[in-house]
Amino acid sequence: MASDTATSPTKNEEPIHDSKQMKQTNAGLKQQKPPKKRKNRKILQNWQLYIFVLPAFLYFFIFHYIPMYGVQIAFKDFIPTLGIFGSEWVGFEHFTRFFDSYYFWDLITNTLGISVYELVVGFPLPIILALALNEAKDGLYKRTVQTVTYAPHFISVVVMAGMIIAFLSPATGMVNHFLQFLGFEPIAFMSDPAWFKTVYVLSGVWQSTGWGTIIYLAALAGVDPQHHEAAIVDGASRFQRIWHINIPAIVPTIVILLIMNVGNIMAMGFEKILLLQNPLNLESSNVIATFVYQAGLLDAQYSFAAAVGLFNAVINAILLIAVNQIAKKTSETSLW
Amino acid sequence: MNTAIKDTRADKVFKVFIFLFLTAALMVVLYPLIYIVSASISNPAAVNSGKMWLWPVDVTFEGYKMIFQNDDIWRGYLNTIFYTALGTLINLGVTIPAAYALARKDFYGRSFFTGMFVLTMFFSGGLIPTYLVVKSLGLIDTIWAMVLPNAAAVWNIIIARVFFQATIPKGLEEAAIIDGASNFKMFMKIILPLSAPIIAVMALFYGVGHWNGYFNALIYLSDKEMYPLQLVLREILVLQEMSSQNTNITGSMAEAMHSKQQLAAIIKYGVMIVSTLPIIIAYPFLQRYFVKGVMIGSLKG
Repeated sequence: MASDTATSPTKNEEPIHDSKQMKQTNAGLKQQKPPKKRKNRKILQNWQLYIFVLPAFLYFFIFHYIPMYGVQIAFKDFIPTLGIFGSEWVGFEHFTRFFDSYYFWDLITNTLGISVYELVVGFPLPIILALALNEAKDGLYKRTVQTVTYAPHFISVVVMAGMIIAFLSPATGMVNHFLQFLGFEPIAFMSDPAWFKTVYVLSGVWQSTGWGTIIYLAALAGVDPQHHEAAIVDGASRFQRIWHINIPAIVPTIVILLIMNVGNIMAMGFEKILLLQNPLNLESSNVIATFVYQAGLLDAQYSFAAAVGLFNAVINAILLIAVNQIAKKTSETSLW
Repeated sequence: MNTAIKDTRADKVFKVFIFLFLTAALMVVLYPLIYIVSASISNPAAVNSGKMWLWPVDVTFEGYKMIFQNDDIWRGYLNTIFYTALGTLINLGVTIPAAYALARKDFYGRSFFTGMFVLTMFFSGGLIPTYLVVKSLGLIDTIWAMVLPNAAAVWNIIIARVFFQATIPKGLEEAAIIDGASNFKMFMKIILPLSAPIIAVMALFYGVGHWNGYFNALIYLSDKEMYPLQLVLREILVLQEMSSQNTNITGSMAEAMHSKQQLAAIIKYGVMIVSTLPIIIAYPFLQRYFVKGVMIGSLKG
């Protein structure tokens, strides 16, 4: 390190000289210089930065943009040996087959049902918990609550599904022991379609509410304490201060997260649903995403599954754009 | 939020409510976690009948003994360690340089690249076309299927970019360029030593993702020898299959079957802990880094 700094001035003497000279000669010309030339120089000077982004560029090109090109198989009769390009166009055949199928409305209701349920129950809870945490004094207790409630975020979806199945087992599960202790009959949660959505949503609440508070706590930390001081002087109660100071302060965060959540409404935690799904609860657990997996990867109906997936993505995009527009009009906060 | 002015009575009541609410949240989250730990070392009969409800009953380590004798779990563990290490290295190699370049104001094309990356957050080809690409590249049933299709995450690139924009002093780069250092040299000698915090946060985010992920393995791997831990867990916890080849059944068949069934319950709780162990150990020390990462992201988001 030391020798490095010692030698570098002599080593770099010429470049310094060079660039100074350049600057001097260019000083007068700089303003009239056509922007194109400046642009070219910028590119040349920083050519190594293109090598920095190259791996990421290749990654997104290969694993995200080529699949976007591949979406066209939804309108083709894809045969692997013919390739994407060589397969024959069939127009909207796969889409109409999907719309006319007897399971179409089941898939739609399950997909929307689970998402809306999750949004209604799961979205407000982190906000409430964050507001409550913000009221607590900094100290061991607050830190403990935070550390513990963040922890489930790191449990893998497979372990989470395992916990759900083990806890809800009719004969040996902890939840049913408790129900029996209270004098109720045990419930076969996992094989009863009526329970599936509740199990999915509440386990999600347990796992992600704590972690979800972080972003709101960050926003709450930015509230100017002077507002609170002034409100106290004016005789505002704690509750009034939360209502009139803290909540307005986090509204932009709430709106942004709400937009992102609605934008994901058709693409909810499909990995967890896939694990919790079984033939007995399929009636209420079969969603579009798991159907695409089943039809495309297990039954190898590539084109049909791609069409269903594309339908899902289009609905999602429409929802995202619509919610963003509404938010823009009503609250002046939006993603773009 | 503590002030010299005394709380009114209503405020005191309100504070008690807050305290009760937080305590309820704490209990609800904590109880299942304690239950798993206790169940994994309790007498299986007590767990299955509901006699064990908080603290361990008749402590036994039979469950863990069975877990450690299970070859599938060992192999899964080693595979996962390997995928996590390789995957995270690739993630960092892709994310950090790209984020740095995108943070440079004088990088012509930064908005093009940013736009190209961010667009994939909202639009994607979907499961099937992505699968077909991975397949046509010949990655199925290779380790590359575990690390390349998720070589970078847009969100993490954004977080790292925000970090570079906020922490690297502008004059530093100009000075280095005037000194004749190339971008490459500057990145290696100046930027990287300054970016230890963001590298740590990124390694944690990506590392946990690799450790906990199962879906890529499910769709891209069919060779059981290559299964990561999460897929082995899926068989034990979700599909309820525990291979009996290593359990060395002795005694009469019926008796063995019964005790095996009983044991299966506590084995499940045991594997939940064993599989999450590295995260459990690291979590208390690294929690603040995770939180920091989310906070950086929220600045921009």
